[in-house]
Amino acid sequence: MHDILIKNGHIIAPGEGIDQIGDIFLSDGRIKQLGQNLPATNAEVIDATEQIVSPGFIDLHCHLRQPGFEAKETIQSGTKAAAKGGFTTVCCMPNTSPPLDNAPLITYVNTIAANEACVRVLPIGCITRARNGEELSDMVSMAQAGAVAFTDDGNYVRNPNILRRAMQYSLPLGLPIIEHCEDADLCDGGQVNEGIIATTQGLCGNSSVAEEIAVARDIILAEHTGARLHIAHVSTRGAVEQIRQGKKRGVKLSAEVTPHHLTLSEEALLGYNTQAKVSPPLRTPADIEALIDGLNDGTIDVIATDHAPHRIIDKQCEFANAACGISGLETALGSLLKIVHNGKLSLTTLLAKLTCAPASILRMKIGSLQVNAPADLTIFSPHKEWIVDSSNFVSHGHNTPLEGETLHGQVSTTIYSGKVVYRNT
Amino acid sequence: MANTLPINISAWNHRHILDVQDLSPAEIELVMETTKVMQERLLRNSKKSSELSGKTVVTLFYEASTRTRGSFEIAAKNLGADVVNITVQTSSVAKGESLINTIKTLESIGADFLVMRHPLSGAHISVAPFMRAGLINAGDGWHAHPTQALLDLFTMLQHLKSMEGRRIVIVGDIKHSRVAHSNIWCLSKMGAKVVLCAPPTLLPAGLGQASSHFPSVEVQHDIRTAIADADVIMELRLQKERMKGDLLPGVEEFTRSYQLNTARLALAKPQAIVMHPGPVNEDIELEAKLLHNSRVVVNEQVANGVAVRMALLQLLAWREEYA
Repeated sequence: MHDILIKNGHIIAPGEGIDQIGDIFLSDGRIKQLGQNLPATNAEVIDATEQIVSPGFIDLHCHLRQPGFEAKETIQSGTKAAAKGGFTTVCCMPNTSPPLDNAPLITYVNTIAANEACVRVLPIGCITRARNGEELSDMVSMAQAGAVAFTDDGNYVRNPNILRRAMQYSLPLGLPIIEHCEDADLCDGGQVNEGIIATTQGLCGNSSVAEEIAVARDIILAEHTGARLHIAHVSTRGAVEQIRQGKKRGVKLSAEVTPHHLTLSEEALLGYNTQAKVSPPLRTPADIEALIDGLNDGTIDVIATDHAPHRIIDKQCEFANAACGISGLETALGSLLKIVHNGKLSLTTLLAKLTCAPASILRMKIGSLQVNAPADLTIFSPHKEWIVDSSNFVSHGHNTPLEGETLHGQVSTTIYSGKVVYRNT
Repeated sequence: MANTLPINISAWNHRHILDVQDLSPAEIELVMETTKVMQERLLRNSKKSSELSGKTVVTLFYEASTRTRGSFEIAAKNLGADVVNITVQTSSVAKGESLINTIKTLESIGADFLVMRHPLSGAHISVAPFMRAGLINAGDGWHAHPTQALLDLFTMLQHLKSMEGRRIVIVGDIKHSRVAHSNIWCLSKMGAKVVLCAPPTLLPAGLGQASSHFPSVEVQHDIRTAIADADVIMELRLQKERMKGDLLPGVEEFTRSYQLNTARLALAKPQAIVMHPGPVNEDIELEAKLLHNSRVVVNEQVANGVAVRMALLQLLAWREEYA
């Protein structure tokens, strides 16, 4: 592996409080030196003039679909999409087929990733066997095999006593329980936000109260058990407030929000646009404001993509039959920079939510530019204009509500473990 | 096949009838004018014509229907078209064929117009951009039933002349009713005041919030307040599956609260008419003996349905020929 010298970049590493113009020297897969006018001796030089140099992004929530749904995505194609989007670490969700509910399956993902992934893959195991919400999965064995968290994502653990037992049982592991908070009874079959947009389309509404009750219940269980709870894809104002209050009480609580819940409202669904169908559903402009406030005041710790690739036919059908999700890794940065460019979020805060904050939830020494940290870096032009064209996606999933949209900000180079894994040519 | 009717079709620019929401007030007027011509033909007992001779109309119903399907079939045959009815249970749809492939197959075997009813909201809007044949929505989920709203409007106009400022009260299960949804759009576009009357569990969400995406309506929970001074009272059919459970405690309480009976009808304007999209649950939405009252126009609605559907098929055929 050759050495790399990144020259003249605007280096921002929120975890270390670094914000300066300078150079970074990488060797042996690690960060060796930060400084000014570093010598290039035998190193490949990457000119980062007028670009941001950040720790590589970490995605706590994506769907790589392998095993079982390889037509939607594979570990290989999904990590290529991650690299293109500036992500050097992705945590993959266990709702595969079969679901990742035992140690051999965690090992399977790690083995495929070792051979085929171009960035770090951290598998997440199921809370319950087959994600059925009834029996605990082999959490200890999965942790030993390398699972970094547990979730039944896609499903909420419906029986509160099962979740309580899962929290208690996994307590010695110290790994977070990630919950997809939507109470199925209150969802009432609804697939879009309850309100006038659902009404005008004759679609069954999914009330924000379904998410808020679910969040509140789980916070009480985390408080009761002392377990670490991470709330996936927060989408409503009321849920943000529940989390804010829980954190004030000292509950071991963290939360994530997706780029789409931060940038798109329910109006994107008009005309039965299945590309904007996600779970939980897109909400109102008032919810978006509350989510951004939550990022700014620290209530919401991280931004995670919930990258959910699908085949064309999974989306090209009647709205109620269409799959939920957006292929989001490749558009995440461009979408999120909108909020920075319109002045509602600072670039440093955005990068913190994508780097050091998820690293701290994982309790790993990544997302950092400290000397000797893994050389995972993302270099991007924050203003570069580009038009979303899903036919250029490297993800197998071309499902995006942003087709034809102009975004500002694009990754030019992604370096994982000292190696260039993506270069925009 | 020439334009032999006194209608200015240049104002018509639709290949499909998906929803009343898509139609301008001028286009709705055009449908009304064309319907009038068709109705006169039906009344003169010279029903049959040949405007759609050589055309094939396929009806594809994913939900049970007697009156809507029959009405379309008679309308198409009156215009000289050949009609093919596809029974969903015996077609390849039962084998899991996608909707778009089913439609492509029907186009390939020669459908010029497709009349479809589908249980999922938006099904027509999703497939229309891919279609060569003209598509008429005969009902989709809770979303729209445009031909019902247009026949209702035609019926109202026969009694009221103009809709401007009229108080139209729709009573019953608004939330799950595509008939209500299309009527709200149609009546609002024509200047009427729409009043919805139902228990809160049978109303859709968000009616109180001002929105550019939905007409503003008045909501009443008390039928007496709603009906006071009404020009039209439209009762909706209460579906069996809604009669008890988590939306309503039971049919008796619903009947006591929301049935239109002789005493309540007296609160409306003296010449007010009573409508129902059918089939009526007698003594639930409507007091059975009220059905014999001359102000109840349910059968006129059904008869007008044939004329409206003839008019829509004719407009689509002209659009195809002259576009």
